[in-house]
Amino acid sequence: MTDVLKSYRFREEREAGWQALETILKRAESKGVRSLSDEDMMALPGLYRQAVSSLSVARNISLDRNLVTYLESLCTRAYFFVYGTRTTLNQRLVRFFSSDWPEAVRSAWGATLLAAFCMFGMALLAFLLCMSDMEWFWSFSASIMGDRTPNASTEYLRSTLYDGGAASEDMLAAFAGRLFSNNSQVALYAFALGFAFGVPTAFLLAYNGAILGAFCALFFDRGLGYEVMGWLLIHGVTELFAIVLAGAAGFLIGGAVAFPGRLSRLDSAKKAGNSAATIAAGCVVMLFLAALLEAFGRQLINVDEVRYAIAGTTLLLWFGYFYLPRNRSNVDNSPIGGADPSRLRP
Amino acid sequence: MTGASTATQTRGSGVSVDGARQRALRKLRHDQTAKRERTLVTPEGAALTLTIGTFGERAGAFIIDFVIQWTVVLVVVFSVLGIAAQMGFGAWNIAGSFIGVFIFLFRNFYFVYFEMGRRSATPGKRLIGLRVAARNGGQLKANAVLARNFIREIEIGLPFSFLFMGGDQVNAWIGIFGFMWASVFMLFPLFNRDRLRAGDLIAGTWVLHSPKVKLAGDISQSSLASGQQGRFAFTPAQADAYGIHELHVLEQVLRNANADTRTEVADRIRAKISWARTPGERDIDFLEAYYAALRQRLEQRMLFGDRKEDKFDMR
Repeated sequence: MTDVLKSYRFREEREAGWQALETILKRAESKGVRSLSDEDMMALPGLYRQAVSSLSVARNISLDRNLVTYLESLCTRAYFFVYGTRTTLNQRLVRFFSSDWPEAVRSAWGATLLAAFCMFGMALLAFLLCMSDMEWFWSFSASIMGDRTPNASTEYLRSTLYDGGAASEDMLAAFAGRLFSNNSQVALYAFALGFAFGVPTAFLLAYNGAILGAFCALFFDRGLGYEVMGWLLIHGVTELFAIVLAGAAGFLIGGAVAFPGRLSRLDSAKKAGNSAATIAAGCVVMLFLAALLEAFGRQLINVDEVRYAIAGTTLLLWFGYFYLPRNRSNVDNSPIGGADPSRLRP
Repeated sequence: MTGASTATQTRGSGVSVDGARQRALRKLRHDQTAKRERTLVTPEGAALTLTIGTFGERAGAFIIDFVIQWTVVLVVVFSVLGIAAQMGFGAWNIAGSFIGVFIFLFRNFYFVYFEMGRRSATPGKRLIGLRVAARNGGQLKANAVLARNFIREIEIGLPFSFLFMGGDQVNAWIGIFGFMWASVFMLFPLFNRDRLRAGDLIAGTWVLHSPKVKLAGDISQSSLASGQQGRFAFTPAQADAYGIHELHVLEQVLRNANADTRTEVADRIRAKISWARTPGERDIDFLEAYYAALRQRLEQRMLFGDRKEDKFDMR
């Protein structure tokens, strides 16, 4: 019993390396990659490979369970660090706005058309029905319209379109905040509901479209068509575009789950899901801008022509941003080696 | 399992019936953990074993995160309202919408922020020892984190909004059916091997159980260090009495158990290997020395390709 175990000698020789690796990992995980010194960065790949090979050996020669689980956990942590992403938040944001988002939107043009058709088709239907018989209005109306119903006087309806002067600027900020959080939640719902094969997303779009159509019909009926469109479009271009895109994102994943095509269902869901989520995150940004336009722009600008000019400009800007052809940026931030690092066996 | 025990019963040995039953039970337990394990082959060609987080662990982590979220929200809401109350009536409106925006952003981006972070885990997941990873073993992209968290709306938000719908009887029924429909999304992880929730499926991610493990001392060295190993000389037959399974149990006992358990285990081992207790012999010394002897024997056999799995493994 006097001789030392072989597995212990093995451990004794390598333990310092494992501990050094663990120290580096701990620092990187709590303070970030920048806290690592040059020596640490130089030592890291070697220490990592040493730990991984120690694990393979330890599995075969050591019956110390704590040692094997320790190495298992150390190597997993190191693997995720060595092959993980090292982009900073800033880099990610720049990349999102310069390429990821517009590219995702551009490639989803089919789903975007479908979503636009669901919403505006229903809006047109509701509009025509209401114009032929205002009784239809009550089927589509929702509580959000308040007292803007066929029972209201034309004068009152006109006044709702130009009510800005009375409100203080504080109130406008508050209004913008509420609009933003409500609309964005709806947009995220439209995305998430897409998972149920896109059906609830279509309903959500059609429902919003119906309210929109009925609302427009009410004002057109009183000869306020030109005015209401200015009132609506100053922010509506951005807001409706965002809702349509959120719906498109929903359709994208719904379609990928329902009709995977050549890919396996999992791969197809994943592929669509990643670009759809990019679109949905972008919708939140758009809705933030829309809320600002709605609260400040609309309430402070009471001239129809200016409203139309702003609406037209935003439309051009969005279309240009999303659909104008541009150089594909070929930024690749993959860390070591580049290519997809690993194979997975079930 | 029944098949195995009847087979040994016909052989007619009482001990092996017991052994077969214990082995079958252990195999069952082993299979259950093996079902959660996946092998990742790193570019260096080494195999890492990843463990999928269970539904219970995931739910636990979510509940912790949920509590953290709402604690923060409540603190912010009350302090904002407190400030608004000082500033008079006009401020209420702003306070209200500030809270609205804050809740929206916090609710949706709490998970995103932490999962994009260095540890790929929210505080709740970190406490439980979970982390998010890409299913193909590659990098966890920001898109994937966004995707898996935006889907959360239909998994948590939707079922509960149906549940609290209320209203008249018709609405209540709609609510109940809606809840049942939406629960499919909530319970999704129970219906697949990788415990993916809908968001994981869309994002191409999964959640792994990878707690940090501390490297403890090597027990085989403690008896050397204490200078006690001289009084324990085990014969090869005595060192062959147990197998790998028992060695691991003994390791567990030596690392975690209290003195009473140690005494009990020591007495059972002494009886099994017919070890006569010498005067002044402490249980801990005996166990450590026997652990060292057993491990040496078993590792030696393992080097020759002979794994003695447990004490019933007689070859």
